[in-house]
Amino acid sequence: MRSTNSLPMRAPLIVTLVAMAAAAGLSAGTAAAQQAPPASPSRFVVVLDAAHGGDDAGGRLTAGLQEKTFTLALSVRLRSLLAARGIQVVTTRESDLTVDPNRRADIANRANAQACLSLHATESGSGVHLYASSLPPAEPSRFAAFKTAQAAWVTRSLALAGVVNSSLLRTGLSVTLGRTALLAVDSMTCPAVAVEIAPKRPPDRATGSPPIADLDDPDYQARVAEALAAALVEWRGEAREP
Amino acid sequence: MIPRYQTILFIVLLVASVAMGGVLWHLRERAHQRLVAGQDSAPTQAPAVAPAEQATLMLANDDDNSLLRQAQSLPLPQDPGERARAILGRLLDLYAAPGSFHPVPGGASSVAQVFLLPAPAQNPEPGAESGNSNASSAIPRAEVKSAAPKPGDSIPGDTGPLLAVVNLTGAFAAGHPSGIETETLTVLSLCETLHANLPRVTQVRFLVDGQTRATLAGHADLTRTYLATDDVAQP
Repeated sequence: MRSTNSLPMRAPLIVTLVAMAAAAGLSAGTAAAQQAPPASPSRFVVVLDAAHGGDDAGGRLTAGLQEKTFTLALSVRLRSLLAARGIQVVTTRESDLTVDPNRRADIANRANAQACLSLHATESGSGVHLYASSLPPAEPSRFAAFKTAQAAWVTRSLALAGVVNSSLLRTGLSVTLGRTALLAVDSMTCPAVAVEIAPKRPPDRATGSPPIADLDDPDYQARVAEALAAALVEWRGEAREP
Repeated sequence: MIPRYQTILFIVLLVASVAMGGVLWHLRERAHQRLVAGQDSAPTQAPAVAPAEQATLMLANDDDNSLLRQAQSLPLPQDPGERARAILGRLLDLYAAPGSFHPVPGGASSVAQVFLLPAPAQNPEPGAESGNSNASSAIPRAEVKSAAPKPGDSIPGDTGPLLAVVNLTGAFAAGHPSGIETETLTVLSLCETLHANLPRVTQVRFLVDGQTRATLAGHADLTRTYLATDDVAQP
């Protein structure tokens, strides 16, 4: 009689204990995700963020080429190159989908990546434009504001931009470096650089002719992708150094 | 023979008609006076030809991702907000001109308004004011002080840092070329041109058609406050 009554009496206690254990595990997981513990040297993850997509076409690069299409093609090409070099790649989109900037940052932050490249393209300017976040550098904190989470990583992002810059220059491409405020990049908790591909040569202002339409040149795209892949391989080597 | 009572009635009705006419005339005059009093009957101010002054423009160059300082002579109004709008208008006119190194369509009409407000205290920027205290300014400090107390003036206070709110037109944002470099250069050139001519402006925010907007043309973040002295954005 007593034993039959004791089981229902203990049931709420067991449920409570199980719930507390689950909550403890969940909070630990959340903290781990937010604090982004250092990855093991053997695990090198790169996030490729093909900008725009879906309803957001981005800029119009040439008569038949939109920015969203260009960035997705570059992301796919670069992913293949990196996979061939043994680098794990996480992409923010694999097709023509609308992805919110916050969602892009969320994907990158959950990947716990060692490098994040946001891929863009433009018809203005020339060469390749590299941009790091313009947020002022800040000390890492346990609870960082989402919109400015990149502040703790700006120094590493600038170092990554330097490596990418060197690799592109070795390939013979012209590069401009800068800092800017981009919604997705400013929320990423990884070394993050926005890479914007522009035509090889600027427009002839004397004649007013448009820039050379070489953004759809497969050779140009391949050179850029190869240079970016080489830069990330070099970055992996630097990350493994003590 | 008209009966006497009819004569009296006629006279009473005639007097009443005249009295009612007088009352109506009086009411009409009062209504007219109220209408005139509600309108601004001040004489229209004659268009004054503002003297040409030197303004500093920070011109963007897409080719090398740079800003080039250039002095321009243009007529500037006395009101600081209108003055800032005129300077930014000239900057955007140059961008819209053929052969521009930072081609952006729209021109001067792309800046709807520029509002100058006291800068929020939680966004200090050490050195911004002092580091540029000797910079050439289109508005002398004394002029800003004297302009401050005037009713309707757009520059508040007399010494503190200012937040400039630049209201751009939707047509300008819609026609702006898309790209990180070109959008960033536009934002930075507007910010630094404001600071070069109004050194008290240390922070800049952007609106499009009076509303906050996520990006200028798909890239540059317009939701944050920009510091006017360098390319570092304030969260």
